[in-house]
Amino acid sequence: MTQDPNAEALTQPTEVGANAAETGDRRLTQEASDAYGQHEAGVEDLDFATVAEHGHTASELDPEAPAVLTVDNLKMYFPVRSTGLVRRTIGHVQAVDGISFEVPKGGSLGLVGESGCGKSTTGRLITRLYKPTGGSMMFDGHDLAKLSNREMKPLRRDVQMIFQDPYTSLNPRHTVGAIVGAPLEVHNIVPKNKVLPRVQELLEIVGLNPEHYNRYPNEFSGGQRQRIGIARALTLNPKVLVADEPVSALDVSIQAQVVNLLQDIQREFDVAFLFIAHDLAIVRHFCPEVAVMYLGKIVEIGDRETIYSRPHHPYTQALLSAVPDVKQAAVGGRRERIRLEGDVPSPINPPSGCRFRTRCQFAQEICAKVEPPLLQIGKRHKVACHFAGELGEHPATPVTTELLGVDDQGSPVPGATPTNTQLTIPGYENTWYDLRTKQTTGV
Amino acid sequence: MTSVPVTQSAATAAEVVDGPYLQVEDLQVTFPTEDGPLTAVKGLSYSVEKGKTLGIVGESGSGKSVSSMAVMGLHDPKSAQISGSIRVGGTEVVGLSEARMRSLRGNSMAMIFQDALAALHPFYKIGAQLEEAYLVHHSGASKRDARRKAIEMLDRVGIPQPDRRVDDFPHQFSGGMRQRAMIAMGLVNDPSLLIADEPTTALDVTVQAQILDLLQDLQREFNSAVIIITHDLGVIAEMADDVLVMYAGRCVEYGTTKQILTSPEMPYTWGLLSSIPDVTASTDARLIPIPGNPPSLLNPPTGCPFHPRCVHSDKVPGDLCVTELPALTPATGPGHLKRCHIADPSAVYRTEVLPEIAPELLEETR
Amino acid sequence: MFAYVVKRLISGVLVVTLVSMAIFLLFWYGPSSPAQPICDRETSNRCGNKIEIYEKTLGYNNPVHEEYAKFVKGVFVGRTLTIASNDYECSAPCLGVSFRTKEPVKEELLSRVPATFSVAIGGAFLYLLFGIPIGVAAARRRGSVADKALVSSFLFISSIPYYLFALLTWLYLTVTFEIPLFSNTGYFSPITEGPWAWFSGLFLAWVALGIFGCTQYTRFTRGAMVEALSEDYIRTAKAKGLPSRTIVYKHGLRAALVPVVTIFGIDFGTLLAGTIFTERIFEIQGIGWWSLQAVQGMDLPVVQATAIFSAVILIISNLLVDIVYSVLDPRVRLS
Repeated sequence: MTQDPNAEALTQPTEVGANAAETGDRRLTQEASDAYGQHEAGVEDLDFATVAEHGHTASELDPEAPAVLTVDNLKMYFPVRSTGLVRRTIGHVQAVDGISFEVPKGGSLGLVGESGCGKSTTGRLITRLYKPTGGSMMFDGHDLAKLSNREMKPLRRDVQMIFQDPYTSLNPRHTVGAIVGAPLEVHNIVPKNKVLPRVQELLEIVGLNPEHYNRYPNEFSGGQRQRIGIARALTLNPKVLVADEPVSALDVSIQAQVVNLLQDIQREFDVAFLFIAHDLAIVRHFCPEVAVMYLGKIVEIGDRETIYSRPHHPYTQALLSAVPDVKQAAVGGRRERIRLEGDVPSPINPPSGCRFRTRCQFAQEICAKVEPPLLQIGKRHKVACHFAGELGEHPATPVTTELLGVDDQGSPVPGATPTNTQLTIPGYENTWYDLRTKQTTGV
Repeated sequence: MTSVPVTQSAATAAEVVDGPYLQVEDLQVTFPTEDGPLTAVKGLSYSVEKGKTLGIVGESGSGKSVSSMAVMGLHDPKSAQISGSIRVGGTEVVGLSEARMRSLRGNSMAMIFQDALAALHPFYKIGAQLEEAYLVHHSGASKRDARRKAIEMLDRVGIPQPDRRVDDFPHQFSGGMRQRAMIAMGLVNDPSLLIADEPTTALDVTVQAQILDLLQDLQREFNSAVIIITHDLGVIAEMADDVLVMYAGRCVEYGTTKQILTSPEMPYTWGLLSSIPDVTASTDARLIPIPGNPPSLLNPPTGCPFHPRCVHSDKVPGDLCVTELPALTPATGPGHLKRCHIADPSAVYRTEVLPEIAPELLEETR
Repeated sequence: MFAYVVKRLISGVLVVTLVSMAIFLLFWYGPSSPAQPICDRETSNRCGNKIEIYEKTLGYNNPVHEEYAKFVKGVFVGRTLTIASNDYECSAPCLGVSFRTKEPVKEELLSRVPATFSVAIGGAFLYLLFGIPIGVAAARRRGSVADKALVSSFLFISSIPYYLFALLTWLYLTVTFEIPLFSNTGYFSPITEGPWAWFSGLFLAWVALGIFGCTQYTRFTRGAMVEALSEDYIRTAKAKGLPSRTIVYKHGLRAALVPVVTIFGIDFGTLLAGTIFTERIFEIQGIGWWSLQAVQGMDLPVVQATAIFSAVILIISNLLVDIVYSVLDPRVRLS
């Protein structure tokens, strides 16, 4: 029989017989699991009100939550070697270059930016798939950046990762039970006869049928596989989960199921998320706090309201204006947007001063000379821009001159001393620099 | 098999030269597989006029790509059974000989694909691939003409230093530039119909915005009919004039972009709208997923294909949803079609769905 | 590119040195004295304690590193070898003197190279001549009855051990049916001196090698081609309106050739280094048969020379494969 490749692709999303409901809610799962088995059975007992009730609204910020992970001045430089007989190191890809942030206990920090900005590298540093070039990552009294791989092992349970591609991140030759149970055996946590009950419990948590522990990944659809990946990450009761593009490989209708599941898990197990994604809308829904990265640096960080409604960095503004908006349908036509010209420069030889200046419409001389500090300008808002301001209200003169002891062109002013002391801390101070008054204010 | 012409004029416009450029009627595509015949597209009808953009929305397996590849004649005739009618510029292409089909393909209709890195040949220079596309439909042209045309097209799609970059290989281009080159290749013969299959899915948002701008500019310039296939309703909102929502191989809702995205009348469309967050929405909006998975096309559900996942089927008396496929019937707005048994879907949407997914919109409309 | 080639050649020299050392050591510390076979032969199997004379003149009572140093010196400047009471002049590059024939190994090696190369080139030519087109044709008709019949019959041939296949070819075509063209096999004259004798002597060997190899190349090509034809860029080529011949050959085969060329380079190198079964069964005086005889007769200089020769050939063919690869696939950069 000849087969059209398209036909093969279409036969792929076959379902696992009596699968559990993909709504991401355990109560719902149990109610529906029988009725949901066959297509013909329908979901009469699933009415809109029930489903809607279990859909989550955007996650909320807990300003009092202590930091569970504190990242300070984290750097990752990958060496670039010359070709030729002797392979000397001729440069570095500055994938991550001095970023600082905190992930609150049980909260979520979103990391957004375009490909090559270093967000995925950051995730891999925190899970120590790479060893950082510099900086610190404080977790539970340990600096993850300094530990050897052996010292890291007991801590790996607490920091787990959810990967993007549910098709390649699960070993096709292992059963789901083996995949989810493997961390228990590696870390030797529970006796052998307790592994299976724990695996079944986990499968139930993520909304899969616990009886399916002996099936193989290819018997599951993309959304179900991502649930398996989440179950595996949850096996050891982690305190921090790094989710790198956890839904971008999934169909639209499945994305919401997985996002809701992650929100359920966060609430139930009080686990903190570093949520890495390029989809600004998903990040906005999941993360009360968001950091925007560009070419290895954080250019703006703050709470959701500030970043999405009152961004002060020209890059954040451009990024947000580029997102196509469903609501535009009511108006028709395209949204007004800030056009960024060209491509992201090479991280091997990034622009001097501000890395965004080559594509920034507000760039002036100072931007090439002095790197703008990540300055706290609000209660929970930091921005790295000499001309920080709301859209359409960018100041004509740099706001950072007094702090840095330079003039408007970025040349050092003789005798001036840089005054700011709050530039390097990962979290937020109680006082901040007010852009309008150019004074330090606070609560 | 139900088949309702998309517009009233569509049925008779075939003979008229200035009717819709592309007209698809009662299209059905079936692939034989080892597990039996798989019908990927069923009873699909739509039309696109020159200068207009149709957006086709659906999940993987909904038939959105399969139907467009049928228009381009890209299915292997040995393994795909295609019935119904597809008229491109008045020419019936279902059953057309391969030689005549080939003269249309890449010439009066062109397609651009999602992943430009995979869709461009890794071993040939960008210029060579453009020249090849030009020469195959311009047998009289010289190699030098083709090269000039290739450089001109690269310049038109905004590739800097086109006379130099024309000799680059695809892997030497950035992702956005590759997609531009792909568009240049699609437009090299000035096609009247352009099908863009997920043209920006793999791209970053700022690059996506650049590519969408480019597509829109080019459409205005060439006055072509455009089909844009995507799962991103935001892209649809900004690009399309009309929208076709597909589910399990069928059209389940059709209308203008405004109708589909502001007053949809089919629970699947509601589900799509409720399961994507929005950058500007209220944070009180709930993210309400569609339960379950897309159905298997080998063993499709009876009745309405969406009923196993539909959370509104309690509003339909009896088990109509399970037993009977709803017809594609007119909805409230002019030209708006929906495939649903619910008696007054627009009321359900306004009173039940909208308050959950867009509470702020409700305030405005009051 | 240049730096890469230099680097590869340096590592190649290293490998050849290690190969020669390894063979030297294996013979030196083997179960019986390396001088034993030659002593037996010279004394008509009454060697007895004459072995000591042979060991002494051949240097086997010296420390191993000294003798290896002499060998290396011989390669670069030549040396005089003594076996029993006879001296043999051996000019650089000296690979020693055969214990069996007392001939300088280098000369015999050079005289046997044309036979082996003739077998290899003819066989490899048939691999490609039949393997690639049949593979492409099968890939285009993937899943059809013809394709399935072809794949399974070729799989059957491939699963016969090669020596049996070659022997059966010879038995049936030469002995049983006495087909004139195949009546006499061997390497009778260089192509320049007697093309017909050259051709007719080698033809059966080519057929055996060619048929056996082409079944494998058909399968490689078919697999690579099936994969290439399912790539996105093939769909793009189709969407451009290209004729199917252009799509299959220009777009599909070009990509499918890359893995086939890689395997072919290695296979061809192996053939050039000597085809033991082919040469033995079809009585071709090539390097393969020679090395077999040398191993049987514990002829250390010849074993060493043939091993070094194969190492050199394989290193060069591997390097060529990598260079060809980088030419075929512009994404590959040699470094």
